[in-house]
Amino acid sequence: MVHVASIVPISLTVGANRIVPAVAIPHPLGNPELPEDEERELRLNLVKKALRALQVEVEKQTVFEE
Amino acid sequence: MADKKYRVVHYLNQFYAGIGGEAKANIPPLMKEGAVGPGIPLQQALGEEGEIVATVVCGDSYFAENIEAAVEKVVESVSPYKPDVFVAGPAFTAGRYGIACGASCSAVSEKLGIPVVTAMYEENPALDLYRKEVYVIPTANSVRGMKEAIPKMAGFVRKLGLGQEIGLPQEEGYFPRGIRVNQFVGRTGAERAVDMLLSKLEGEPFQTEYPMPIFERVPASPAISDLRSATIALVTSGGIVPLGNPDRIEAASASKFAEYNIAGVDDLTPDAYQTCHGGYDPTYANDDPDRVLPLDAMRALEKDGIIGKLYDLYYVTVGNATSVANSQKFGKAIAEKLKAAAVDGVILTST
Amino acid sequence: MRLELGVIKIKDVQFGEETIIKNGTLYVNKNELLALALQDDRLSGADVELARPGEDVRIIPVKDVIEPRVKVSGSGELFPGVIGKMGTVGSGRTNVLRGAALVTVGRIIGYQEGFIDMTGPGAQYSPFSQTNNVALILHPIDGLAPHAHEAAVRLAGLRTAVYLGKACKDVAPDELEVYELSPVTDTTLPRVAYVHALLSEGLLHDTWFYGVDAKKLLPTLLHPNEVMDGAIVSGNCVSACDKHTTYHHLNNPVIKELYRRHGKALNFIGVVTTNLNVTLIDKERSSDCASKLVKLVGAEGAIITEEGFGNPDTDMMMLCKKIEEYGIKTVLITDEYAGRDGGSQSLADAVPQADAVISVGNANEVITLPPMKHIIGDLKPAEVIAGGFVGSVTAGGGLNVEIQAIMGSTCQLGFGKLTARGY
Repeated sequence: MVHVASIVPISLTVGANRIVPAVAIPHPLGNPELPEDEERELRLNLVKKALRALQVEVEKQTVFEE
Repeated sequence: MADKKYRVVHYLNQFYAGIGGEAKANIPPLMKEGAVGPGIPLQQALGEEGEIVATVVCGDSYFAENIEAAVEKVVESVSPYKPDVFVAGPAFTAGRYGIACGASCSAVSEKLGIPVVTAMYEENPALDLYRKEVYVIPTANSVRGMKEAIPKMAGFVRKLGLGQEIGLPQEEGYFPRGIRVNQFVGRTGAERAVDMLLSKLEGEPFQTEYPMPIFERVPASPAISDLRSATIALVTSGGIVPLGNPDRIEAASASKFAEYNIAGVDDLTPDAYQTCHGGYDPTYANDDPDRVLPLDAMRALEKDGIIGKLYDLYYVTVGNATSVANSQKFGKAIAEKLKAAAVDGVILTST
Repeated sequence: MRLELGVIKIKDVQFGEETIIKNGTLYVNKNELLALALQDDRLSGADVELARPGEDVRIIPVKDVIEPRVKVSGSGELFPGVIGKMGTVGSGRTNVLRGAALVTVGRIIGYQEGFIDMTGPGAQYSPFSQTNNVALILHPIDGLAPHAHEAAVRLAGLRTAVYLGKACKDVAPDELEVYELSPVTDTTLPRVAYVHALLSEGLLHDTWFYGVDAKKLLPTLLHPNEVMDGAIVSGNCVSACDKHTTYHHLNNPVIKELYRRHGKALNFIGVVTTNLNVTLIDKERSSDCASKLVKLVGAEGAIITEEGFGNPDTDMMMLCKKIEEYGIKTVLITDEYAGRDGGSQSLADAVPQADAVISVGNANEVITLPPMKHIIGDLKPAEVIAGGFVGSVTAGGGLNVEIQAIMGSTCQLGFGKLTARGY
């Protein structure tokens, strides 16, 4: 499991082991200020990052920033 | 007219009952009349007010290896005595004994509605398992603490036997159960805050009204080795549901989670989906629910063969004032379903 | 900055031919009030009802509660930048109708509105069971977008509260309260700041600071008197239990208590306002700036309050940690979400530096309330507001809800006397 969430401190506190920082609380995988196609690109990249995180062995809680 | 004595049943393991040591640890539950072993000084401490009418004894190994059966037998044996109180131990550091005490107390309380209490050392692994359901009195870390444990247990048994209210852990001497109970007090929160700050600044002792919580850790799951053949599922606490919120997931303090089929759905649109989460500005999620549950992105990756398959079902609840207990319940249930469906990985999104 | 609050004690509210105060009764000209409310053409209709302490009345769904006040002298106007002219407020004389309140009611905008019981077991959970309430029920035009609906209701509430307040402009006050941060000569008194975090998370989660959306603010310094003239206005509902209503902002109890002890037990140096935004970077930036301000003003101790729960707990913990790391001692005021059985972790985030916490109660506690003879508004939303659930409205109109749904029950400014203890 990978947790995609904006407020990383809470994700860490409650014990998620793979964390991908999201954009903002009301739109974690979106940005309404971007034009539609850029927003879709942003979402695709976040999901790709999440899938990459699932393929990494972790021993402790890890935040995947990049 | 003399008051009737309150009736007590005591639970001991095979060692404290004088039956034997480790060699006798696999005896099944049996009953003895009256007080036995540490029950004798316990009875003395209870004086004329209360009577230990019987003692349940069970081998620690038997209990540990047959918990369900043992618990059932204990409850069955206790019931005919119709006690007013059920007391177990003290278990000190003994783990299996601690579990037997905790489990017996929990079952007697739940099945027979009888007040219960046990006692053990704070590092006994059974403590965290049972402290919420059962009163547990702190003891020393060895049988040398028996002399101190007995009067403490007697005092508590007496209170329960006489039907007296049990107050705060620090007043009554039991391990805090981690249960928060509201009450009105004499001063406002603001007044109490300023007082607490002044004490803290003066270096005077003060007591926080809320000790910081500790959250459990879980071991990390192994990495997915072959994403191209993996089935990935989407789960969200962001409240994305079919339009109309058909299962009426609450906007806050959700009492349930729901499962929805997205087979053949490539994109979440406002005419078919919405958010029901009451804890964030819903405007953006309602305009495009993919912003919280990224279905369109997952579909695209599935079409490109990056992942083997997007699981046909997704799971949703509302993470707004959801209690940790309910969250754990939902998480376990969802995990079991996903495991049964041989899903390889999960992307959980939160708002 | 010296502010006199001229307190006019209101013991009753009635409709009348004129809106005036007579012998402690607020008389309200219904038609004038309604005409004023409907000045906004986003509203299609309005009604007014009165609710007094002890009456068998339930008001639901409630958005905001505002205390009627009027500026008699001193610069600026009430609710500056929102409905009053922009200008620094907090000096001169402001008259207050204490014991009266303007309550905005009407079709729900979101899930977060709450209710007030004027009598019965629910009354003690809300301070507004003790006020003489003018309940303004507002109906939006068809198809009005939620943002516009919220704004229309907020402004109508402020407009009408100011109208009521004007009635006491020339009334001699029953009491005069003076608020002045007189210079403290005793240098042994600890310097204390108040860190006031304002909710700023979007629709129905916003707060207005001199008319500006708190989302856009960087932490700043405020003289405590400024809040008493409405420099901070509520634009949110959050959950009813811990929403800072505009009434709460005007009567901030932390500010009141720090003032009471000023010069005697402490030196109240001022208020640092900060916000509660929805991105991690904003939370980091605001808590960095706010803690730095607390240090720069030379505070030795700070009281920190937040609004809402969940992700704002992170802001609170960041503020606590950073301020303590400057060597400044903190006390936090927070409510708890410990689940209906009280057995869950109460906060979403935690830091070891948060060793001095005031709890204002577990918002998840379920309460059973009797039906009320009269409902102002509509009972049905009780099942969808935060703290309510399917089946919350029982046969006969009673309520089975979490106290989360009651206005002000766990206000994290420490307004009330509810707490939670660990058993």
